[in-house]
Amino acid sequence: MKVRIKFSKHGPIKFIGHLDIMRFFQKAMRRSGIDIAYTGGFSPHQIMSFAAPLGVGLESNGEYMDVELHSMISSRDVVDRLNEASVEGIRILSAKVLPENAGNAMASVAAAEYTVRFRDGRGPSCNMRDYLKDFYSQEKILITKETKNGIQEVNIRPGIYALNVVDEGVRMLVDASSAGNIKPAYVIETFMAFCGENLPENAFMITREETYLNKGTLDDPAFAPLDSIGSILV
Amino acid sequence: MNKLALSDDILLKVEKPARYIGHEVNAVIKNKDEVHVRFAMCFPDVYEIGMSHLGIQILYDMLNQYEDVWCERVYSPWVDLDQIMRQEKIPLFALESQDPIKNFDFLGITIQYEMCYTNILQVLDLAQIPLLAKDRSENDPIVIGGGPCTYNPEPIADFFDIFYIGEGETKYRELLDLYEQCKLEGISRQEFLKQAACIPGLYVPMFYQTLYHEDGTIASFGPTQEGLPSVIRKEIEMDMPGATYPMKPVVPYIKITQDRVVLEIQRGCIRGCRFCQAGQLYRPVRERDADLMKKYALEMLKNTGHEEISLSSLSSSDYSQLPELVDFLMDNCSRQHVNISLPSLRIDAFSLDVMSKVQDVRKSSLTFAPEAGSQRLRDVINKGLTEEVILNGAAMAFKGGWTRVKLYFMLGLPTETEDDIKGIAELSNKIAATFFDTVPKEERKNGKVQIVTSTSFFVPKPFTPFQWAGQSTKEEFLDKAYQTKHAITQQLNQKSIKYNWHEADTAVLEGVLARGDRRLGAVLLNAYQKGCVYDAWGEYFDNEKWESAFRDCGLDMKFYTRERALDEIFPWDFIDCGVTKDFFKREWLRALAQEVTPNCRKQCQGCGANRFGGGVCFEERQEAQKHEG
Repeated sequence: MKVRIKFSKHGPIKFIGHLDIMRFFQKAMRRSGIDIAYTGGFSPHQIMSFAAPLGVGLESNGEYMDVELHSMISSRDVVDRLNEASVEGIRILSAKVLPENAGNAMASVAAAEYTVRFRDGRGPSCNMRDYLKDFYSQEKILITKETKNGIQEVNIRPGIYALNVVDEGVRMLVDASSAGNIKPAYVIETFMAFCGENLPENAFMITREETYLNKGTLDDPAFAPLDSIGSILV
Repeated sequence: MNKLALSDDILLKVEKPARYIGHEVNAVIKNKDEVHVRFAMCFPDVYEIGMSHLGIQILYDMLNQYEDVWCERVYSPWVDLDQIMRQEKIPLFALESQDPIKNFDFLGITIQYEMCYTNILQVLDLAQIPLLAKDRSENDPIVIGGGPCTYNPEPIADFFDIFYIGEGETKYRELLDLYEQCKLEGISRQEFLKQAACIPGLYVPMFYQTLYHEDGTIASFGPTQEGLPSVIRKEIEMDMPGATYPMKPVVPYIKITQDRVVLEIQRGCIRGCRFCQAGQLYRPVRERDADLMKKYALEMLKNTGHEEISLSSLSSSDYSQLPELVDFLMDNCSRQHVNISLPSLRIDAFSLDVMSKVQDVRKSSLTFAPEAGSQRLRDVINKGLTEEVILNGAAMAFKGGWTRVKLYFMLGLPTETEDDIKGIAELSNKIAATFFDTVPKEERKNGKVQIVTSTSFFVPKPFTPFQWAGQSTKEEFLDKAYQTKHAITQQLNQKSIKYNWHEADTAVLEGVLARGDRRLGAVLLNAYQKGCVYDAWGEYFDNEKWESAFRDCGLDMKFYTRERALDEIFPWDFIDCGVTKDFFKREWLRALAQEVTPNCRKQCQGCGANRFGGGVCFEERQEAQKHEG
């Protein structure tokens, strides 16, 4: 059976990159004794795939991976076993059984929500609320991106689904699909430039709050958490 | 969760920040208010190398089993962080607590190779601990060194308060008890060190002095204070079943060199290759019990989640319970999808059978280490591997489907001639020819065989029969590599042979430091101050700086690479590794006479190691010969 596991990532562990997080979970699975399925051949691998890579330095409350299990006692048991085998900065939040026809985690990702907090003394001096409406109502928000074909101008406005100034900083919901992924840092940097702010290096910290799939259509999206299609096995 | 020693700004700037944050699975966290001794255990190289070392894992686990001690880890910061720490004056910290190690009670440094000596200075410097032992005050940690290089501690004697000679399992408890007692009674650092110097196996260099002849050789060496031993005998763990072993090794986040469960199946080696230091230092051979190994394997796999397990020893084929252990691992590991890696196996029917079961024959390669190209020179170095054995092994392997062979040789061995060097090319060629003779054309997968022939340069080491031998110069080494290369191009199958050779100037410096005396301390300090660090890393090794450091100190590398007189006092003569100087001398003379010496299981050579009262020395020899096959 295919199980979607949700976890959070906080503290020093944010410096562990995506590939090493994958290695961490492979070893954690073995320590936990969870009955995970393997591929064949001389170097068998666990059947495990991650939804959306998280950059080094980012924290998260909504990471997902899919695993193929031969058997499981209950969702609770999987969560407890993995937490037992985990480290302080990585908490397993849930484990839901996916329906047979569920698409894989990475292909399902449509959007992600982020909170951007400013480090002490490095935040903007202006009131961001004064600029938000004008910034967000622009038809185009252009950024320059380095790609394989050189430097390109990209309009990120269509991929920003929500942008709010909150007490902690800035909250946003943006495209996180493999085709149109928008890095939250792009949005915040462009917004700050729009506010006329020249922020110092490493001015903000980013937390991914949730990763979403799209239950609606491309034109009329209905975002729901990635494990909303799964069910808890009691 | 603990605060990190480094800010986010720094960690986001440096390569692989995971090297510095600790918090790995099985890392030991204790309450610092509840322990009496803070111990920082250091491997003076980058995290990925240091974390791969078994010895530190054993000691880390052992020390943390003591309730009164908290042992943490520290490694050399990589060059990017090194620079930032100097600029911002951030003191080097231990990974677990992230506390500065200058506030610890002990800084233990394992010294595994000579080319890390400048990294020892880097660690002390970044830790803000005075580099020279004589400059340290009551509040500085006790800096204690261990590991194979401490069998000649003299070149680094100025930088250490104590050297622990031998295996770490035996004397730490006694030393820590003494330390705690002294701390309680307010006894001074000097007095503590003096008492420590009386514990067997511990050497406190500041209480010893060397006098030199005018030609630079040693006139005398001994303690400067009453009551201190004039000979330090190595410590050794003779109770292998009772010996401590880490059941929960730390599991790193990033990929390290040895990213697997390591089972140390035995210590020591029966073979007696005359160039090999480890084969002498760890005498006598002591096997661990196979049943215990099986239990450890399962428990360690469960505790780490590693997907690979490896056997560790100097010569696994000589482990008498190998078939039993390997069968067990193959049964249990394949069920758990764990890979088995088997290094240092002799190529024979048994090992080929095992290897074909545990690895993909098409992707793996076979390794032979003939070390010398001719039978004559192999007799000189006492490498009991004959051409017949190599070619038979290769033929068997080629029939089994292998097409890749790695060959390891040394250049610059004592008595080496041009013919011996040509022998390297000829043996490589014969192995390639064996492939074409054994495997019919239609069965040749992509038609080819790949022979990779590598040479390293011979470095004479203390406590080996070759400790008297002269070492080639850089120019001679390069000429020998050129001769090898040329000889290979003359071979019929030269297209199947790829040739690699190592750096020559590092080999020379390694030889100088290995057989150096206490005067080299000044050179090390000078070279470090000139910017030498990470000398084991080709891209950072700067031979010109080293040459100029030798000039500044008025010393000549050639003095240290020369052939030594039979009656010369060596800087390391005051250390007793269990094997006598007489035995080494006999073996040196036998080498020059091209005489082979049988291994420990065939016939005792009276090397002296039987004084430890156990191991192979007390096995029944007939029983043992059965295993020889």
